[in-house]
Amino acid sequence: MHPFSYTKAADTREALNAGRSGGRYIAGGTTLVDLMRETVERPGTLVDISALPLRQITVTERGGLRIGALVRMGEAAAHPKVRTTYSVISQALELSASAQLRNMATIGGNIMQRTRCTYFRDVTAACNKREPGSGCAALEGFNRSHAILGTSDQCVATHPSDVAVAFAALEATVHLLGPDGKERSVAFADFLLQPGSTPNREQAIRTGELITAVEVPALPRPLRSGYLKVRDRQSYEFALTSAAVALHIRGGVIREAKVAAGGVGTVPWKLPKVEQHLIGERPSASLWTAAAEQASDGAHPLQHNGFKVELLKRTVERQLRIVGGDA
Amino acid sequence: MSPQPQAAVGAPLSRVDGRLKVTGQADYAADRPQARTTSLGGTPIIQGVVHAVVVDSSIAVGRITAIDTTAAEAQPGVLRVITHLNAPTLPYRDNAGSNNPPGRRLRVFQDDRVLFHGQPVAVAVATTLEAAQHAASLVQVTYDAQDSSTDISAPDNPTNTPQTYTRGDAQTALASAAVRLEMTYRPARNHHNPMEPHATTARWDGDQLTVWDKTQWVIGGTQTELAAVFGIPVASVRVIAPFVGGGFGSGLRTWPHVTVAALAARETGRPVKLVLTRRQQYFGAGYRPAYEYAVRLGSDGNGRVTAMTHDIRSETSTYENFAERGILPLGQTLYNTPNVSQTYRTVPLDVNTPVAMRGPGFATAAYAIESAMDELAHELGIDPIELRLRNEPEADPSNGQAFSTRRLRDCYTTGAREFGWSARNPTPRSTRDGDWLIGTGMATGMYHTLRAAAQASVRLDADGTALVQSATIDMGPGTYTSMTQVAADGLGLPMRRVTFRLGDSVMPNAPLHGGSLTMASVGSAVQNGADQLRQQAIQLAVGDEQSPLYGADANSVVVQSGRMYVSGDPSRGETYERLLARNSRDSLEVLGSYSPAQSRFTIDAYAAVFAEVAVDARLGLVRVRRMLGVYDAGRIISPKLADSQALGGMVGGIGQALLEHTVTDHRDGRIVNANLADYLVPVNADVPDLRAIYLDGEDREADPIGVKGLGEVVLVGVAPAIANAVFHATGRRVRDLPITADALL
Repeated sequence: MHPFSYTKAADTREALNAGRSGGRYIAGGTTLVDLMRETVERPGTLVDISALPLRQITVTERGGLRIGALVRMGEAAAHPKVRTTYSVISQALELSASAQLRNMATIGGNIMQRTRCTYFRDVTAACNKREPGSGCAALEGFNRSHAILGTSDQCVATHPSDVAVAFAALEATVHLLGPDGKERSVAFADFLLQPGSTPNREQAIRTGELITAVEVPALPRPLRSGYLKVRDRQSYEFALTSAAVALHIRGGVIREAKVAAGGVGTVPWKLPKVEQHLIGERPSASLWTAAAEQASDGAHPLQHNGFKVELLKRTVERQLRIVGGDA
Repeated sequence: MSPQPQAAVGAPLSRVDGRLKVTGQADYAADRPQARTTSLGGTPIIQGVVHAVVVDSSIAVGRITAIDTTAAEAQPGVLRVITHLNAPTLPYRDNAGSNNPPGRRLRVFQDDRVLFHGQPVAVAVATTLEAAQHAASLVQVTYDAQDSSTDISAPDNPTNTPQTYTRGDAQTALASAAVRLEMTYRPARNHHNPMEPHATTARWDGDQLTVWDKTQWVIGGTQTELAAVFGIPVASVRVIAPFVGGGFGSGLRTWPHVTVAALAARETGRPVKLVLTRRQQYFGAGYRPAYEYAVRLGSDGNGRVTAMTHDIRSETSTYENFAERGILPLGQTLYNTPNVSQTYRTVPLDVNTPVAMRGPGFATAAYAIESAMDELAHELGIDPIELRLRNEPEADPSNGQAFSTRRLRDCYTTGAREFGWSARNPTPRSTRDGDWLIGTGMATGMYHTLRAAAQASVRLDADGTALVQSATIDMGPGTYTSMTQVAADGLGLPMRRVTFRLGDSVMPNAPLHGGSLTMASVGSAVQNGADQLRQQAIQLAVGDEQSPLYGADANSVVVQSGRMYVSGDPSRGETYERLLARNSRDSLEVLGSYSPAQSRFTIDAYAAVFAEVAVDARLGLVRVRRMLGVYDAGRIISPKLADSQALGGMVGGIGQALLEHTVTDHRDGRIVNANLADYLVPVNADVPDLRAIYLDGEDREADPIGVKGLGEVVLVGVAPAIANAVFHATGRRVRDLPITADALL
């Protein structure tokens, strides 16, 4: 770990001031401190924002949910409103990490977390994300856990978050507060960036900007939703593949469908073709299969992750059935 | 000598050190210098400890062309950065003991050569851990890297001289066999991953070196090796290890970092603490090597196996030839196969040297052989248990010796009954539960009963308490507890009046703590010492005119709760305290010992392992639903500890079968999953319903206390039982470990 200075911001203004002069925000610290220990991250100044008043979950005027950036993963998962209206969020959170980590890690930090690519986390390996221009050791290396979608010749690392997959599916919005005190909002789909030729740029966030909340839009009721995480181990592992599914079924017909996949993309992977295939149809086993058939469209498998192409389809198919029913 | 009542042995007692462990008072090697004195010993606080952090090579093979330590040395608190450029020459005297395999062991900081990825190339020593870590990250090493070879499966790998075994004529028998099968199994490299990291605190007092170390062998291992490395008398080295937080074999050698810690302490004149990071465990200690195990099997139509060939390869380093002693015996002894041929080659690669890991050799052999037997059972349509019974030998087929005790038939029968084997539909892919395919499988386990010379001192104090000491280790099996049980019964004292201490090279000699030999060896020495001491007290009493026991037949006297009495006349007796007080004796003390006798029997422990798995038919996920192990392991000293061993062995086997796989990037020898997020071990959710049954009995041919060893055999057979259950569930035979979704989609 490189030496760093640490300040705790008493309020938002103090935080923004420190952020403007190059300080890195830290909340739960469950990703950043790990990476600092590996010297992957070498911040000069840490600004502890955990005292900021960003720990509320509120219902928006339109009936959506606004989850404060400092709400702990565990708190968000257990919140009655989250649990009853967006079970996909609760499930994604509860299938993440461990209870200890969920009690520390925040929602804002969760969507900012960095990839689990082992070459990224090993400072002696080539990694364009960590050191632009140094190359990508994963491309020709051991890449079983890596992405098949949204990759580039510079980077094939997956985004590790589960709840971000739910946010992507539900078309959430990220609320940001700039150092100048101005607020802005970014659609979740635009917030996390595919690597392209700049894999070191992971979020559409500007220097000193603070995430204040993630807002999930209102969706028509009744809404059935859920998250399926496929992994080698029963618990405490990042996803090989995952699927977040939310369906609004009325009169026996699917009126709304929100579907995204995790573990397969460089960012949480929204599946609009799958959604379109579902809308206006009646739930059936054959519908799930046919819709899921398009989940891996555009996939570029690598040497060790080719199985994800088929596994992704089956994951989506299974989760459509779990959420939409066997009928 | 009247038999002593057995109150403690066989009782399901809790660990005597359990409270210390769960309250954080058990001090492990890295807990120094905060060590405190506990009822089980401990050492005073070590003053002035500084911290050492190792810098690892980032290439597999080549030479160091430059090392720049300027930035590191400029950091506040940094005392020294040691590299091959400024390290003193270390004698590294030959030491064929201490589990050093044949070859030339790695010599830290003695030259510019790099032999594997992660080799120590420098160490930073600083007054704080943080300063040492930071300094280590600032050391700039430049290499001239050469092409490396780290893949056991690569074509044209050279091999070391093979070990071979032959009986009968396997080739001819195979050619004429009614059924022939040929398979190659590939179990992955596994790392021990004990919860406690490897750690050493080293201090020099003049020419005397003391190390607090995570080790499984204080005297013959660490003490002897450090003396050899530094060229000093063995008596100048003291090794202390009162608590070891898991080992599984990883502490069976004195790894380079132990020398680094001692060297850094000598160079800085300060006590040095060095803790390997989790990442460094993956190349700083050993591992279970990856194997390629080819089996050819010939059988008649009734499942009588007539021939088996074993063509075995395992990885080793270029600088040492680690060949597993346990890889061949199971293939020679388990089945009554008349024609057997074995060839075992090690493949030197640019990797660090492997070491024994729980069930060494046997676990790998059992995976291959017991999978192959299951394949044969399926091929012939014979029940897997019935197939094994048809090949069960009456005597050891490798040498004609009788078995001391071999109760595999009982293991199968009991296991089948308790597991509900008869309800099994033998057809693969025949049982479903929703999305899950359900399968059951079984396999046999076996491990040789090893014993080695051991000593234990036993002292009875005037207050009626006893202190028993032996330089053994407790890496988790419960040595503290089991030895206290044996001593308590031998002395006729309640458990709470007996203290057992271990883990210090000044104590009486004990063998390595591994190979399931501690209970048999040290336990027999403890019993011998307790018996001697009890007899000494009884002799003193029967010869003491003032004792109620005066003139009694010593052979009729027993001791219970610290009171000696005539076995037919309990009123005639007195306590140890009274005897010692009257005779003005502070204490009685003896040295118990045990040396294994040559036996004309073959002595092994056995297991029958049963597994039920569920495999998601579409997603390929494998989940163990329940397991049962039935063990023929001789006498069970401590049932609760035995369950810890057996269930732990099953957990380890589940990991080996389904999760554990050290992955090497063969481009540069880098281990890419060198952490516990990417190297998966089972979590609680992966180990739902595990049960162990021990056949009642004892084996007096094995050792005086009748045990055959348990810690290894409980892992052997687990992986093949699971692999066989996966086949039964899915109809797919996966011959690589671990079995993951990739292979089952």
